Amino acid sequence: MTSVVLEGVSKVFNAGRADEVTALTGVDLTVARGEFVSLIGPSGCGKSTLLRLVGDLIQPTSGAITVAGKSARTARVDQEYGIAFQQAGLFDWRTVQRNVELPLELRGSPRQERHDRAREMLDLVGLAEFAGHYPAQLSGGMQQRVAIARALAVHPPLLLMDEPFGALDEMTRERLQDELLRICASTGTSTIFVTHSIPEAVYLSDRVVVMSARPGRITEVVPVDLGPRTEATRQSPGFFAGITKVRKALRGDPVPAAEPLVAP
Amino acid sequence: MNRRLRLALGGVGAVLVGVALWEGYKAVGDPDGTVLFGARVLPRTDDAAMPHVWTVLSRFGDPELAGGDPIWLVVLQACLFTLRSVAIGFVAGALVGLLLAVLMQRLRVVERGLLPYVILSQTVPLIALAPVIAGWGGRLAIGPYPWQPWMSVTVIALYLAFFPVAVGMLRGLQSPAPIAEELMRSYAAGWWRTLVKLRLPASTPYLFPALRLAAAAAVVGAVVGEISTGTRGGVGRLVIEYSREATTDPAKVFTAMVGAAALGLAVAAIVGLGEFLVGRRRVRA
Amino acid sequence: MTTAVDPVVAADPAAPVVARRRHGSAFVPPLLVGVVGLLLWEAVVTLGRVAPYVLPAPSAIGEQLWQSREVVWRTGLASGGNALIGLLVGAAVGLLAAMVAARFAYLGEVSIPVAAALNALPIIALAPILNNMFDSTSSVPRRLVVAIVVFFPVFVNALRGLREVDPIHRDLMASYAARGWTVTRLVRLPAALPFVFTGLRQASSLAVIAAVVAEYFGGLQNGLGSRITSAAANTAYPRAWAFVVGACVLGLVFYLAALLLERLVMPWRRV
Repeated sequence: MTSVVLEGVSKVFNAGRADEVTALTGVDLTVARGEFVSLIGPSGCGKSTLLRLVGDLIQPTSGAITVAGKSARTARVDQEYGIAFQQAGLFDWRTVQRNVELPLELRGSPRQERHDRAREMLDLVGLAEFAGHYPAQLSGGMQQRVAIARALAVHPPLLLMDEPFGALDEMTRERLQDELLRICASTGTSTIFVTHSIPEAVYLSDRVVVMSARPGRITEVVPVDLGPRTEATRQSPGFFAGITKVRKALRGDPVPAAEPLVAP
Repeated sequence: MNRRLRLALGGVGAVLVGVALWEGYKAVGDPDGTVLFGARVLPRTDDAAMPHVWTVLSRFGDPELAGGDPIWLVVLQACLFTLRSVAIGFVAGALVGLLLAVLMQRLRVVERGLLPYVILSQTVPLIALAPVIAGWGGRLAIGPYPWQPWMSVTVIALYLAFFPVAVGMLRGLQSPAPIAEELMRSYAAGWWRTLVKLRLPASTPYLFPALRLAAAAAVVGAVVGEISTGTRGGVGRLVIEYSREATTDPAKVFTAMVGAAALGLAVAAIVGLGEFLVGRRRVRA
Repeated sequence: MTTAVDPVVAADPAAPVVARRRHGSAFVPPLLVGVVGLLLWEAVVTLGRVAPYVLPAPSAIGEQLWQSREVVWRTGLASGGNALIGLLVGAAVGLLAAMVAARFAYLGEVSIPVAAALNALPIIALAPILNNMFDSTSSVPRRLVVAIVVFFPVFVNALRGLREVDPIHRDLMASYAARGWTVTRLVRLPAALPFVFTGLRQASSLAVIAAVVAEYFGGLQNGLGSRITSAAANTAYPRAWAFVVGACVLGLVFYLAALLLERLVMPWRRV
């Protein structure tokens, strides 16, 4: 079973104008059900654009996108995916609980079910006791966890994440990585995960999709097989081998030296 | 360019819509207004209460009184007279506000003692003082110079103009992030250099909205002030004088009102021009 | 705290700088300044023999305030009623107009500069014209002046708030396939609330100012404004000041009411 299929997808912004930009060209990618795929590459390689195309937040210039066996648009209308961004994007005027309930509300779920499901999700991200707080009372890491709980609340078969841990400190980041893997494993969710960090991509993914810029395209797909992740995984030779492989794939591109490949 | 054209069209459209509403209501409405429960809730539409737009426009060309200057000249002179009070009041008020803001930023004690009053005074109808300050006319003297009635008007304009600037600038001066302040400290820059290099540039996004408020307040202050001084010369006084002739010459008061509106727009445009020039220099730099 | 300019704050340079981090001592410096200021004022006026038409002594003003307390109360109620009715009407119309203008991109883009230009006009000077259009014995002209004055800050601020939607929220609502009224209800309106209240806060003070000052231009004379002018015309300056104090208290009441409403409606801004 496949979760997402992209065939010959390209995206041109401002077509026909002086500031025309080819953000993506000739992208073919298949994500299997339950698979965790990371997109990595330098700034401007179109990884966020790719994610937004899958979510039907923007439309491709050419090519076809299938999500859960439907067109991307139908999948969005049917809410086949949950999405989380680099910023939490919570509603300041809603409590944590009501923020997580939001997608359920829009689906017309009954009140009791909404409440219970939101509680369940907040439990999952370890924030149950903050249900009554407003976002402004939480730290950045906690807000990000609420955003993830919100993305998971409808039990989507697909999770789209755009550098969700980018603004967090390393300790919080590693803890959330483990939580995310645990949640995905327990719910069988497929995930497309955009990141700047090579170790993060390798640690989380079944496959790492390496991209390059100008024009944005996929240059290599690196499979990672580390088995179930544990404390020891981050020190294992397989982990470091994966990092080396991805780094080499990234270096293989004629990337200008001025552009940092990886966030430190 | 395209955007500017659209905005210009919008402005023209707004004027046309306003004229259409005025004439449309005049054509449709009851000449004696609509009375509900003993109170007239819709205005009278007869020519005495709502003259035609073209009547008002043609009135500009006629003499103010038989054989006198044409009314456009009278209104223009009145506007220029008021503009003096507005300009002096605005500039002096902005300077006082700026100094006060710097003082409050520099000395925390001053801020804590004074700021609540500055904010309180925002909420109270200080303009209500106008008739009281008008009492200074003809009785005070600054050295050899007798106190002129227009000085009362200027004081009122100054009084209204200085508060937005003081509060807005204080916030602007306090806006730089602690990191930026620490950076300046690491350069061993003193208070003055931090003010010039960091705080003042950082406060420009706050300065111009404050100046716009101050300019509008100065115009309102001057117009209302003139009504209370009881001295001829300004456009505010003209509004009152002409409104007393409303039964015999209804279009006249509208010419004065158009003049007051033009004055408000002109002052706003001058501040906008200043903002544009400063903004352009910043972009170039 | 933040490096970026808060859009709400930048749009409202006159908003109060809320003193958060201070505790019990917060009231001491302003109280001290107030008491010392009053004493100084009294001393300068009595010792310097300042004529009452320049500046009456606070004690004289207080005495007049006490003597005319019934008139101050009655005229204050009249002015307050005019201000309140005008404020409610003007704010309601301003809000509705902003919601309509926000629905159409062109209208929204054009109407902010147009409204800003109109707001720079001395609207209060409309009072004599309105007195001619209605009856000079009616309260409608003054209330109408208040409503027109109030309309602009509410309209401009609300429209600004309604037009600014966080791009992340826009993407999020698109991912939920939410459109039109749902987005307005869930995102635009709550996100615009801080802007709306900024407008209401400015409007609450303006309403009182307009209600008082509109009486300087003639019309029905039962409010504070007419008492200030008539006392000043009779050279009863301490009495005029007493009515000014009444107007100040009225303005303060309106402002605090707006502030209180803001806190009740937006509990999340308190944290």
